[in-house]
Amino acid sequence: MHEETVYDALDHAHGGEGQWAFGTGFDEPLAGVDTTVPTGIDPADLGAYCLMLGDDALVLCQRLTQWVTAAPELEEEVALANCGLDLLGQARLLLARAGSVGVLGRSRALATDSIPDEDALAYFRDVDEFRNSLLVEAPNGDFGQTVVRLLVASTWRLALFARLRESRDPVLAAIAAKGVPELTYHRDHAARWVLRLGDGTPESHRRSQAGVDAVWPLLADLFTATDVETRLTAAGVAVDPADVRDEVRDVLTLVLERATLTVPAWPAEQPSRGRAGQHGPELTALLADLQGLAREHPAATW
Amino acid sequence: MATSALGTDARAVAATVTDPELPMLTLADLGVLRDVRDEDGTVVVEITPTYSGCPAMGVMRADLVHALHRAGFADVDVRTVLSPAWSTDWISDDGRRKLAAGGIAPPGRAPVRTSGPVPLSLGATRRTATCPQCGSPDTEEVSEFSATACKAMRRCRVCLEPFEHVKEI
Repeated sequence: MHEETVYDALDHAHGGEGQWAFGTGFDEPLAGVDTTVPTGIDPADLGAYCLMLGDDALVLCQRLTQWVTAAPELEEEVALANCGLDLLGQARLLLARAGSVGVLGRSRALATDSIPDEDALAYFRDVDEFRNSLLVEAPNGDFGQTVVRLLVASTWRLALFARLRESRDPVLAAIAAKGVPELTYHRDHAARWVLRLGDGTPESHRRSQAGVDAVWPLLADLFTATDVETRLTAAGVAVDPADVRDEVRDVLTLVLERATLTVPAWPAEQPSRGRAGQHGPELTALLADLQGLAREHPAATW
Repeated sequence: MATSALGTDARAVAATVTDPELPMLTLADLGVLRDVRDEDGTVVVEITPTYSGCPAMGVMRADLVHALHRAGFADVDVRTVLSPAWSTDWISDDGRRKLAAGGIAPPGRAPVRTSGPVPLSLGATRRTATCPQCGSPDTEEVSEFSATACKAMRRCRVCLEPFEHVKEI
């Protein structure tokens, strides 16, 4: 081998066009997909809705990957990272969908032209422009709390996505259909852990009950429709979050009771603070970690 | 599928491109290559991601473009199709044989896709797989997740070797 560095060798192996590992730039995930918005759908609303669903996935992905190098066992580290990777893929598609209808907020003013919309949205929006629910931004806590949150988040998202397969926006419907089997794996994985820990040792039971008690109040943020969701539900594009409440409650109750855990009282629901861009300081810290490199070196390729 | 010579020849070239993470398989074996056709002199290739987060899509796209350029096709347009979502049922019989020969257990039948709520599965997974090393059906799942999104980790109870299994989706 005559190349100067291992990167040159990889570059050479890939035809010498400046590529190594997974390339010098990530392709736009909707490349070649027909992104025409069907008549009767407001593009601004559609983009705003895709930001909600995309930000949920992006932020939860970042939380899950915080377990890499810190999970209780290697297999679990791989499992949580894989769940995060699926969510990152969903986030990329949804943020790209938002970008395709021109919903970019203030991000485009900060990002250079060569940065695709999905990356501009992920890396160059400030915290008040994020539309994720409070459920996904809360810190991980211990492993017991992490699997409880993953159970709640994947149960909720799976219930939404199963219905969104019928969305009048064909792009959103396709993203949802692709996500359903992925989220089914996440939910089943989290549910088995909650069973194992809740119905395990006194210490694992104590910790997973504490995780349930910490996560439960965040359910209050999930089930009240924003104006965007109300309009898009009427247009056959979105799902009214109130419509998935019973399914989510039934699944969570079933798992927690089987795990011998106490199901807390359902919290008083309120208009979503997360969907309104009202986030806690934990999200600011998470975004600093997520966005730091891109903001420091906006033209970097790797 | 195009019937022009351009489309047919291009399909033959595209069908030789291998998956970056499962290099024993071509993209055609994997069921990721959905269509190759001639549109007014441009070779249009359609591929579909295995999982939403599959990080290999960019490499697949680049490899397809390079292979077709090397074969003399100047205008190549690789497009993503999202629907219908990829299923392991699309892995060809030939692809299944190549996976097993490469030490990776091929998937069984994918779960039937239904509309409506997705049922919860709390018990141990009922998936089965034959050990690609010794051929024993007596194997157990170690983890539903493995080095790539599309695989689970298993272990053979007879020869004790660990192996990967392309999980049904």
